Amino acid sequence: MVAASFEAPAYSVPDALKKENLSQADYDEICRRLCRAPNRAELGMFGVMWSEHCCYRNSRPLLQGFPTTGPRILVGPGENAGVVDLGEGQRLAFKIESHNHPSAVEPFQGAATGVGGILRDIFTMGARPIALLNALRFGPLEDERNVGLMEGVVAGIAHYGNCVGVPTVGGEVAFDPSYSGNPLVNAMALGLMETEEIVCSGAEGVGYPVIYVGSTTGRDGMGGASFASAELTEASLDDRPAVQVGDPFLEKGLIEACLEAFQSGDVVAAQDMGAAGLTCSCSEMAAKGGLGIELDLDKVPAREAGMTAYEFLLSESQERMLFVVKPGREEALMARFSRWGLQAAVVGRVLEDNIVRVLQHGQVAAEVPASALADDTPINHHDLISEPPAEIQAHWRWSEAQLPADLPFSWNDALLALLDDPTIASKRWVYRQYDHQVQANTVVPPGGADAAVVRLRPQQGEGAMAAASRGVAAVVDCPNRWVALDPERGAMAAVAEAARNLSCVGAEPLAITDNLNFPSPETPTGYWQLALACRGLSAACSALDTPVTGGNVSLYNETRLPDGRMQPIHPTPVVGMVGLVHDLAQVRGQAWCAAGDAIWLLGVPLETGEAPADPRLSLAGSSYLERLHGAVTGRPPEIDLVLERSVQAFLRQAIAHGLVASAHDLSDGGLAVAAAEGCIATMALIPLGAELEIPASSARLDRLLFAEGGARILVSVPADQDAAWQQTLAAEAVPAERLGVVTAAASLVIRQAGQPLLEQSLAAMEACYEQAIPRRMGEGARAE
Amino acid sequence: MTIGIVVFPGSNCDRDVRWALEGCVGLPTRFLWHEERDLSGLDAVVIPGGFSYGDYLRCGAIARFAPVLELVRLFAEAGGAVLGICNGFQVLTEMGLLPGALTRNARLHFLCEPTPLSVKPGNCRWLTGYSEAEAIVLPIAHGEGRYQCERAQLAELEANGQVVLRYASNPNGSVGDVAGLTNAGGNVLGLMPHPERACDPLTGGLDGLRLLASLCN
Repeated sequence: MVAASFEAPAYSVPDALKKENLSQADYDEICRRLCRAPNRAELGMFGVMWSEHCCYRNSRPLLQGFPTTGPRILVGPGENAGVVDLGEGQRLAFKIESHNHPSAVEPFQGAATGVGGILRDIFTMGARPIALLNALRFGPLEDERNVGLMEGVVAGIAHYGNCVGVPTVGGEVAFDPSYSGNPLVNAMALGLMETEEIVCSGAEGVGYPVIYVGSTTGRDGMGGASFASAELTEASLDDRPAVQVGDPFLEKGLIEACLEAFQSGDVVAAQDMGAAGLTCSCSEMAAKGGLGIELDLDKVPAREAGMTAYEFLLSESQERMLFVVKPGREEALMARFSRWGLQAAVVGRVLEDNIVRVLQHGQVAAEVPASALADDTPINHHDLISEPPAEIQAHWRWSEAQLPADLPFSWNDALLALLDDPTIASKRWVYRQYDHQVQANTVVPPGGADAAVVRLRPQQGEGAMAAASRGVAAVVDCPNRWVALDPERGAMAAVAEAARNLSCVGAEPLAITDNLNFPSPETPTGYWQLALACRGLSAACSALDTPVTGGNVSLYNETRLPDGRMQPIHPTPVVGMVGLVHDLAQVRGQAWCAAGDAIWLLGVPLETGEAPADPRLSLAGSSYLERLHGAVTGRPPEIDLVLERSVQAFLRQAIAHGLVASAHDLSDGGLAVAAAEGCIATMALIPLGAELEIPASSARLDRLLFAEGGARILVSVPADQDAAWQQTLAAEAVPAERLGVVTAAASLVIRQAGQPLLEQSLAAMEACYEQAIPRRMGEGARAE
Repeated sequence: MTIGIVVFPGSNCDRDVRWALEGCVGLPTRFLWHEERDLSGLDAVVIPGGFSYGDYLRCGAIARFAPVLELVRLFAEAGGAVLGICNGFQVLTEMGLLPGALTRNARLHFLCEPTPLSVKPGNCRWLTGYSEAEAIVLPIAHGEGRYQCERAQLAELEANGQVVLRYASNPNGSVGDVAGLTNAGGNVLGLMPHPERACDPLTGGLDGLRLLASLCN
């Protein structure tokens, strides 16, 4: 044992390692790097810096396969957020991050601080946050506990986002029993750069002062990063002190003061204090800059007296940042923060040697080479199984032929059941609690189209008072049921659908940020899921020209059931994608616009006549199969990225030329649900219906109506554009078929060979769709 | 003509009001930091939405002690036009420039959505552009917009024609469906809906434009 050669520390090593979630091998490596045993505070610093949350010790080799460069990528993975070039001098910072474990034990504060943390990642770069989105997963709402978690999470997001004055413009919410006890809360933020230079985190300037700004440091959020990197148990509820408490009012001031400070040019480096607080910010700044940082804890503004060095270093108190500033500019800079009622103090200086030195009461409390903490962090190697796990192979043997020929429900019933599925149904109950309009740039609010659209009008300075015609579109997506059944196809589908959603509003997809929410990677299946999902993300991002600019990894999302078994979540690689809207006047929604407009299905066609089953469409892993047959099984359809790319490009071009009145992608629930949603979305405008005629076919009717698969979009084409539309279609050779027409009658009718299959009134569809979630949350939809 | 926009730490609709007034209506504006003590040259003052001082204690309860509001009070008492939107309405009631109070919404949720309203302009200087009983739609975005006052007080306000905006479909449990109130002089208006969010065809309706433009007349 390497450690044995050093003087034994004054604490119980096994107990301390357990607390810090470190292994004996980690401890031996720490001793080797320090050439001595770490003291307790130092061990705590390694504990957080070597957690999955901070150093991706399980996932790093897999993440290295992602495409990360492209003509528009200004900043890729590694900084606080990615940055893309929007042209015309505008640059967009964006990033997604999870707050799953905190939200599981303290939903309100857990979700609220998730929003606060992702906003700091954005404005630390010099960008003003302009939009928030979130991806949420809960267990079924039939369980009171999940109702409580959803109430708390949504209220927490609303509390923070609404107060800080950044609109929450979009997101997705889905439900599955695997998330009971381990909900997912992923928050994404977008920001428009307000500074000339992108503010980076590497320390510069030996002797330059280090300034602490924001809120005070307290004992909240102790060890949150290590906590986030372990499985959840009943005892996790005792870890509530590991959940931070957020103050959006302070953050609002911090945004304004930081952006002012960055514009002054006095700040040479900035790092927010998120996971692992002071430890992480000091070591990241030192390691990235190749320099050192000396930090005097006696100068750190503290919330309470008597805090130990360990507590200072590991506190995850919110709304704090660390700056390196030009000498002589300290007072002017600190005055800006005082004006906003914030703390600001010189707490240290930049050192020539590459070390993090922490002083307290005039003594060295910790001294660690920055590179020992932040560079070459340990990697947990896992073997990738060569064959899919047996349980997955069993799922893949399922086929549609196993479904009964005679079904105990009508197509009308099936459609209403799907519209009542909380994963498909309206999320109005959620988004009406979010201020989605503040900043006066929200062009497409939640629920209006396949993606949110925000106008690119700066909040201040040049251009703030001028009309702007460009916008940014954003979306978050993950078909978790598909990922659970086939991680590679599911992950590809997440990217493909995100890009398709952006294309449906007319936006050009630019880049993604990803949030990998997975169970433990320590089981063969867990690591296989993670590895194959990463492979799928890479393939799809390459094929669709949307590089990865960074993201977040959240592992060990599983709950230990009372009987001792582990309940892993569906692997959930959430894709957050941003796109550029060149002309806001051409943005399209999902609602039909006028009676008489033709309805076309673009992309993978419906099977006609005796045509064989198209492998790109399937009821396997579909909402229909789960909702109407109670089964989550089968192998999700093949993903045709070549067709996906051409269909999306064609649609964007058609939208830019004004040929299309509405566009909506076929997702959960397939053709019938997409058509119903086109009708329901008209309720806020002029109520319209649709009549569709599907081709005579040997395929099962439920397959034609409800099968799912990528590269399919329902569009409506105005009568006066019909000729131009057909001409363009012929020229581009994109598969498309005319299915019907928008009608003034408030109903959806679907026929096959003249025989009605389904006829449903708009009112009945809307009632199901709108009431699904409020009813389960124990309230009437509109009776507040 | 210049319109002052009060900015507290925690205000978050100050820039939106500026965009509506300058970018959409075409009126010059000046921000008034909460410590400001000079209102000279202003023709009207807007207290915008947000969470002044974090809205700790109670919405608007801390803001009422802001130095700038001492002058806004004098300005209003001298007949100056003052508009309080959302948090601004809460501040006006805390200051006593308008009666009653705003409490947590029934069902406790924050609500952000377009809301149909009925206008009864009376003598309110901010509503000269609207006709009697006109139906308009403005967005709301608040967690504490449930108007409360004594029954006798409400009867008096109604008799005086001071209830100038009412919800057509009460979203928050306000007594008398009150969405906006004016003072006896008609120069002070407080309302929970956001007129500045309905001045720009790209991002919402246009029903708020006449309210903000009323001072041009």
